[in-house]
Amino acid sequence: MKSEDTSELEISLLLEAVYQKYGYDFRQYSKAHINRRIRNRMRLSGLEDISQIQSKVLKDETFAYELLQDLSITVTEMFRDKDFYRSLRENVIPILRTYPFVKIWHAGCATGEEAYSMAIIMQEEGLYDRTTIYATDFNQYALNRAKEGIFSNAMIKDYNINYQLSGGKEFFSSYYTSNYDNIIMNQSLKKNIVWANHNLVTDSVFAEVHLVLCRNVLIYFDNSLQNKVQKLFYDSLINGGILCLGSKEGLRFTDFYEKYIELDKKQRIFKKKY
Amino acid sequence: MQYEAIVIGVSSGGMMALKFIFSALPSDFHIPIIVVQHVSTHSDNEWIKLLNDKSNLIIKEADEKEKIETGKVYIAPSNYHLMIEKDKTFSLTIDERVNFARPAIDVLFESAAEVYKNKLIGIVLTGSNNDGTKGIKRIKELGGLAIIQDPETAESRNMPASAIAAILPDYILSLEKIVQLLIKITQPNFEFQLKN
Repeated sequence: MKSEDTSELEISLLLEAVYQKYGYDFRQYSKAHINRRIRNRMRLSGLEDISQIQSKVLKDETFAYELLQDLSITVTEMFRDKDFYRSLRENVIPILRTYPFVKIWHAGCATGEEAYSMAIIMQEEGLYDRTTIYATDFNQYALNRAKEGIFSNAMIKDYNINYQLSGGKEFFSSYYTSNYDNIIMNQSLKKNIVWANHNLVTDSVFAEVHLVLCRNVLIYFDNSLQNKVQKLFYDSLINGGILCLGSKEGLRFTDFYEKYIELDKKQRIFKKKY
Repeated sequence: MQYEAIVIGVSSGGMMALKFIFSALPSDFHIPIIVVQHVSTHSDNEWIKLLNDKSNLIIKEADEKEKIETGKVYIAPSNYHLMIEKDKTFSLTIDERVNFARPAIDVLFESAAEVYKNKLIGIVLTGSNNDGTKGIKRIKELGGLAIIQDPETAESRNMPASAIAAILPDYILSLEKIVQLLIKITQPNFEFQLKN
């Protein structure tokens, strides 16, 4: 019992050290998630306990950078959740169409697969020329990869299925060129995506937008951090703006539940009340 | 010993096995049960509703941050890993697949072991891979009880056989016997005897 308590304390000291030294704040992340990732790193680097990780993190920037990659969420895919993207086309695009220009904030975009998915939809719906997608993440390494738009073709079969099932109107293969084991996303998809470093935990509002899309990021946060980030989204959205969350995320435990109407309850699409 | 939670890992052949267990457990079965069943990423949760219709217990998909309650059965949603926090609430993650699976049995079992320690029962059922082996090992290390479906009675023998090769299970039983044991264990006056 006691040794478990010690490791809990060690983890909270480690997160404090990472925050104070590097400014990245994981203190309100899911403890089960953090615990798993830290233990993984401990095994990989042959360290014996979490205090050794702390000592190494403070002195060794390369190691700190590796740990940062462990703790941040970089797993994503194109058109993840076909039903969500279908609903986006059916219920959200008609609203976006009424604006002379459209600003979208894709928060926590990781390596960018979903930002490209959004660009594809906007192009197919004839809206892309008047759209700006701000795709942000705090993980610069992931952002750089997103900007390059080069992905492994290992997943392409799944992406193709996701795309078709989500209501895609073209051949998915028309959006990239293949190069050995990789695919390179078309330049025309990149033109209106602005990739920017933004940390949901520590940074503030940077633009007024018509749509906020933040999927499967908040599940990693505790309730009070979720609430804080929801305030950020609320303040960024215009009245009548749209909020899209992951299929297991909601507003129920936040202060903002009453401030939106549900556009699609199952797909977690909300509209900010006027 | 008063057990506080049961975790079940199951893969191919799992629908039949889960249906058997949950239609046999009585409505006053008071220990929460948390299940990872490998399903396709495109699977919806209709099968959970069907399972619920056949059971005396409340069977539902585990929600993010949901508090774990007695008398309920929680199933990991497809395409998410399911973890348990110290305060006995659920966390979901989209982290990379483990053993080619998301949800992975190991992820649930390892996090459950940390929280419930010797008050946890881990059960590995039919399946054709080796997910759950690391997790059941962790459950044993932290003092929990390990029940493995007898591979000879399982639709796919690999997963239980892999678990048996890695640990000294407390019980290796058919589904019928697993149900009987669970009902017996949860009786208030149950005297627990280790077989090994």
